[in-house]
This record gives sequence, C-alpha cells and structure tokens, in this order.
Amino acid sequence: MSDESGRGLTGLWSRLGPRRPSDDTPAPADPSRGVIREAPSYPTKALKKFLATLAAKESPVLLDLGPVIGVNLNFFGETLGCKVFIEDLYTDVERHTRADSFAEFPAFLKRRFTQPANSVDGILAWDLFDYLDAPSAQALAGELVRMMRVDAALLGFFSTAQPKTVPQYTKFVVVDEHTLRHREYPGSRARQRVLQNRDIIKLFENLRVSDSFLLQTNLRELLFRKPAYLSGGSGG
Amino acid sequence: MWKRDEAVKPTGAAAPSAAPAPAAVTPPAAAAPAARPDDHRTPGARDVVNIGKSVVIKGELNGSEDLTIEGHVEGKIELRDHVLTIGPNGRIRAEVFAKAVIVLGEVAGNVTASEKVDIRDNGSVDGDIVSPRVAIAEGAHFRGSVDMQHGNVRKDGAAKAPAPAPAQQKVGV
Repeated sequence: MSDESGRGLTGLWSRLGPRRPSDDTPAPADPSRGVIREAPSYPTKALKKFLATLAAKESPVLLDLGPVIGVNLNFFGETLGCKVFIEDLYTDVERHTRADSFAEFPAFLKRRFTQPANSVDGILAWDLFDYLDAPSAQALAGELVRMMRVDAALLGFFSTAQPKTVPQYTKFVVVDEHTLRHREYPGSRARQRVLQNRDIIKLFENLRVSDSFLLQTNLRELLFRKPAYLSGGSGG
Repeated sequence: MWKRDEAVKPTGAAAPSAAPAPAAVTPPAAAAPAARPDDHRTPGARDVVNIGKSVVIKGELNGSEDLTIEGHVEGKIELRDHVLTIGPNGRIRAEVFAKAVIVLGEVAGNVTASEKVDIRDNGSVDGDIVSPRVAIAEGAHFRGSVDMQHGNVRKDGAAKAPAPAPAQQKVGV
C-alpha cells in the first residue's frame, strides 16, 4: 500500500515537479548561444551565382549583415579571399525591438554603416528584410546601394509564406556553394510581412535583378547587381 | 527573369558528411597555461607571463614571451613571435600585434596575428582582424572586418611559407 502510494507520489512529483535532466541525459543546449540542434540544410541556387561574382574580383570586399559565423568566415575569407565586414543587423533589430524603439530604426540605419560609398563588392543580406517595416527596409536598401561598387552583388532571401508569429531569426551557415544550413535561434521579433516581387523590386529600384529563384522551401532568393550608371552612389 | 525551381527540396537534417565543422575550440587552460610561482624555467619550456586582473596598463606593451592578460590594457600590445591570451577578465583597448591571439575577454581595437586569431565563447572583439586563420566560436561577439589574405595566404586558400619573423622584442613585460 505504502509502496503504491509512494509510487503514486513519485509519479505525481515527476509530473508536477521541476524536471531535472538525469546525469546521462545531455543537457539541452542554450538556444541563445545558437547551439540548438543539428540544423536542417537546404539547397540554394543563388549562392553559387553570388560567389561567381565575387570570384571574378581581386580581393573582394564582402559585407555580411548576419551574425558572425566562424564557418562562413572561413568559407568567404579563406576560400574566396574576401575581406569580410561583419555588421550584425539582426542584433540591432533585436535591440530596437526589445527597447520598443523601432520607429527610430530607419534613422539609426542611416548612420549605422561606416563603409564609404562604392566600397563593397558583395552584400549578404540573408532574410533581414522580412523583419523590417517599410521605412526601415527603404532606409537599409538605400544604404546598401550607396556602399555597393559598380557590378557589386547583393544576395537577399525573402519568404513567400505567411509570417509565423514565432519570434526567431535564422543563421544561414554555408555548407557549400549549393547548400545552406538554416540554424534558427530565438529573438523578440517575428517576420513582419511577405514582400511581393513588386515590393522588392521597388525597394531596390536602382539595382538590376540578376537572378531570382523561388524554392520549394517558400524562400525566394534574389541576386541584385549594381549597374554602372549608379557609380555616383545614389540610394535605393 | 523569374525562375521557379520545382526540383528543389529540403535535404533535411541528414547528410552528416555535409555538416560544417564547428569552430575549433580548445580549452583555454591547454592553450595558455598560466604562469605559476613554482614554474621554474626548464630548457624547452615556454615562458608565459600573466597580468592579473587588478593590473591596469596604459601605453605600449612589448614582449618576447607568451602573455596572458586578465587586467586592463590601453594603448598597444606587440608580441610578434608569441601568443597573447586575453583572459575572461581581460579588457583591452589597444592595437594588438602577435603571432597568435586567443580572446576570452574583451578587445576593442584592431588585431593583427601572423598565425591565428581565436575568439572563444563569450569573447568579444570590436575591431578589424588581419590573420591567415580566424576561428570564432558561436557565442562570441565580433564587429569589424576580417582579412585573411593579407600576405600569408594564397587565393586558393593554401598558406604560403611564413614570412621571416621580425626582430624579436627583448623588452620584458
């Protein structure tokens, strides 16, 4: 009887009490550190073309708007010989979201970059624009176009699925020129909206769409190039 | 102009062979053992000098030994042929030149290493890095540029023979 009640209580505690991992159970990784689990990998079509534009240049300058990822640094820095600028705008998005100051984000973006005009050969924008409101997206696009050299390339990912309410970001880890690993990590801001083709083209109206791929992962990959007539560095 | 790619499907979490290798992280103790009082100089042993966390240095720091900094340094650090370790308590506002730099604390300033820069978990660098090899752990913070091609690495990624080392600084730290 007592054994029965003891088992019952133990069972109750195990259901109600705090769960502690047993010694032989690996502790869950801290998601804020990005080590969540083995992230799924997905094919990419535009990355190869983006890399081709960089490979054609001597010591290309690359601007990465995502969080720093050691694997990507080695890929772009060591394999391709890029000088890589890391400007993690997702952290800025997160900070402004938490501070409830996103209205100031467009003004912040206009003074965010220290790179001079016409100084960058490639920009990895990843899916950043999905997280921005229209004024911020316009301000960022203008700054990116300003920094791009003639014939520079910009790679952007745009979700075509209705945005989830889950506030999280994605780290895109380069496996090879055909494959990206999507490593999600928690944040305070969800994707804001689905940008239609016309919205995207209007956003970068001063750039030329070089390639566009709609993947079955509901991701649209767009590769933009800066035409020669914009060498003056006007905004987007 | 718009191409729909019907053939593309997620490959899933499988294909472990395609998994990228995580940034190499070695235990700090193994990389830079702190100098101990009983650490007598034996032939072949590496000298390591430790700057404690209560120490504040402003100015130029040169040396010909490996150095671990747990304190604050402002100015310039030159250990051209040796390893500089910024410990978890280290706070550096300086231009850094070393053979290898391991960052577990905070660095604000440009870092130049002839062999490697290694920013460990919770390490932070605000500045430009010039080094043929750079490792940045997942939890590290970095803002700046990385130039891995400056002198030591060819376009195909293979390392050139290392340049002759500059004259060794003989000023002790």
